[in-house]
Amino acid sequence: MGTVKEVKRKKAAKPAGGEFSKEFLVGLLRRMMEIRGFEDKVFELLARNVLQGASHVYAGQEAVAVGACSAIDTRDYITSTHRGHGHSLALGADLKLMMAELCGKATGYCKGRGGSMHIADVKNRNLGATGIVGGNIPVGTGAALACKLRKSDSVVLCFFGDGASNEGTFHESLNMAGKWKLPVIYVCENNLYGMSVAFERACAINDIASRARGYAMPGVIVDGQRVLEVRKAVQEAVAFARAGNGPTLIEAKTYRYRGHSRSDPRVYRTKEEEAYWHERDPIKLFREDLLKQNAITEAEFDALQALVNEELAAAEKFAVDESPYPNPAELHDDVYVGWVEGPKGLVRIEQKG
Amino acid sequence: MPVIMYREAVRDALAEEMRRDPRVFIMGEDVAIYGGAYSATQGLLQEFGEERVRDTAISEMAITGAAVGAAMAGMRPVAEIMYVDFMTLAMDQFVNQAGKNRYMFGGKTTVPMVLRTEGGAGRCIAAHHSQSLEAWFVHAPGVFVVMPATPYDAKGLLKTCIRDDNPVLFIEHKMLYNNKGEVPTEEYTIPLGQAVVRREGADVTIISYSRMALRAEEAGKKLAEEGVSAEVIDLRCLKPLDIECVLASVKKTGRVVLASEGYKDCNFVCDLMAKIQEFAFDYLDAPIERVCAANVPVPMSPVLEDEAIPRADKIVAAAKRTLGKA
Repeated sequence: MGTVKEVKRKKAAKPAGGEFSKEFLVGLLRRMMEIRGFEDKVFELLARNVLQGASHVYAGQEAVAVGACSAIDTRDYITSTHRGHGHSLALGADLKLMMAELCGKATGYCKGRGGSMHIADVKNRNLGATGIVGGNIPVGTGAALACKLRKSDSVVLCFFGDGASNEGTFHESLNMAGKWKLPVIYVCENNLYGMSVAFERACAINDIASRARGYAMPGVIVDGQRVLEVRKAVQEAVAFARAGNGPTLIEAKTYRYRGHSRSDPRVYRTKEEEAYWHERDPIKLFREDLLKQNAITEAEFDALQALVNEELAAAEKFAVDESPYPNPAELHDDVYVGWVEGPKGLVRIEQKG
Repeated sequence: MPVIMYREAVRDALAEEMRRDPRVFIMGEDVAIYGGAYSATQGLLQEFGEERVRDTAISEMAITGAAVGAAMAGMRPVAEIMYVDFMTLAMDQFVNQAGKNRYMFGGKTTVPMVLRTEGGAGRCIAAHHSQSLEAWFVHAPGVFVVMPATPYDAKGLLKTCIRDDNPVLFIEHKMLYNNKGEVPTEEYTIPLGQAVVRREGADVTIISYSRMALRAEEAGKKLAEEGVSAEVIDLRCLKPLDIECVLASVKKTGRVVLASEGYKDCNFVCDLMAKIQEFAFDYLDAPIERVCAANVPVPMSPVLEDEAIPRADKIVAAAKRTLGKA
């Protein structure tokens, strides 16, 4: 079985409409299981107070990130959100470095400075997560502008949630991208709640995708629990964008299993509603599909689960036990390029490289 | 040496950097066909075309955030926010995204963008088009704030800012655009964080920036007529700040007047005052004076507007107070 990282970041696209290889399908399943396992582990570490700070977990929405990121390749960028672990992992992030970052360790993706809400890996074209709802919609749009100005055929996957679709950044950015036909795919994960407020209580319309018309781009609604459906919708949008036709707004209907954060008792929704969505669990649905197609056996699935569990245990060990905290003496590093805080304020330093 | 206007100096800096580096592009409201609300981008559309000189919708968040994203993805955007007052609309994108991404992301990215804007009073256009809000941005880690007073500085500093790898807020002054000054035809840049002593003196140091730096010079001349030798410093950059230039002068004169067009409360100069007493307390012979804008929304009426912002005579009076000559 090829690693998911290889599958996700391989440049050659799968033939449209063709059969997927078993390797590819199992790769998608494994990535979703890794995200779920990661988020379960995060919750456990939060409960044990091993993890500090806020962590907004992605459990329940795995098919969106994994399906969407499977439709792009190493040319392309993503921007993420405060609920962004899934996006990074779907793009191929390393579980150990992810977990170390959440633990505030020096070995994390951002040297422990960003934590859960600010994971980025710009070298690998993950332009990062943001703590501001809707904060990265203009940033993703600008990255797409850069792609266009450079005359490359790269695209940007810009993830955000239903809550962000009511921010001004959404409307300003989609207008800009629509007018300039920028190669950006707006992937709106409608998980039905902006913290506690149900989308239907907050928004004047039912379907966020319908807003696409106002910005001269296709609007697509997709079942966010079906990884291959998300992939197909994003693939079409990517092809559309690469061909110079501009952006697409994809609304993936999905659900977050956990509360907004660890302190959220979820009083704003019913157990029945939660049960309904657990029946439509993206990993469960995809596993059933693969079993039906004989792409995977029960035994193989169990072995995969064991492998994922091992990876997560290793990530925890690396992050919690083996990784050092950052050196407090490095507090001021990297605020600026070429300048560092001295006793009387900023002083110029030698430029690296 | 040729004499050109401040707005021409800005335009020339943009044009030269765009010729030098294909990654540099311009976007903002009315920057292309109209040539900028204060004509600082005149002619650039004709030379560089619509791809690189982009009129945008009136969308300050998208303009600013798109500059952040484009910068992170390899370009060198120079975005324009027509009035610094409108930075209220771009605040999150500039402060939370542009300024913090490098640090938050472990130093593994850069955000090489310039946000050009202009501020200041003087045109009777009231409280939404006349403010000096630089203090807000000096407060925020991760961004630079540059405020040139002369055509020479505007050109040399803007070129440096475009080449710098940090996000910069470049605040021009609406009353300076038609001011003329000598600007060499040959290539030059001005390093960030270097103040300039506009006038040497021994009795009192007057520190200012942007339009107020010119008024400080005017005050220095008036003081000289009255037998007071004032040293006048134009900071040019508020961040990075040339604190050494400030301290050297304070140690020489022992008396300080700080002049700024921002509101008096929590003005940028309040921080400068703190730094001076931290690092040169023993050299001070009098309480530091600050001459700032009144704590009122800048009024429209010319009489009130003039009263709201520092004039040279107020700077002169403050300097005299430090000398016990009030």
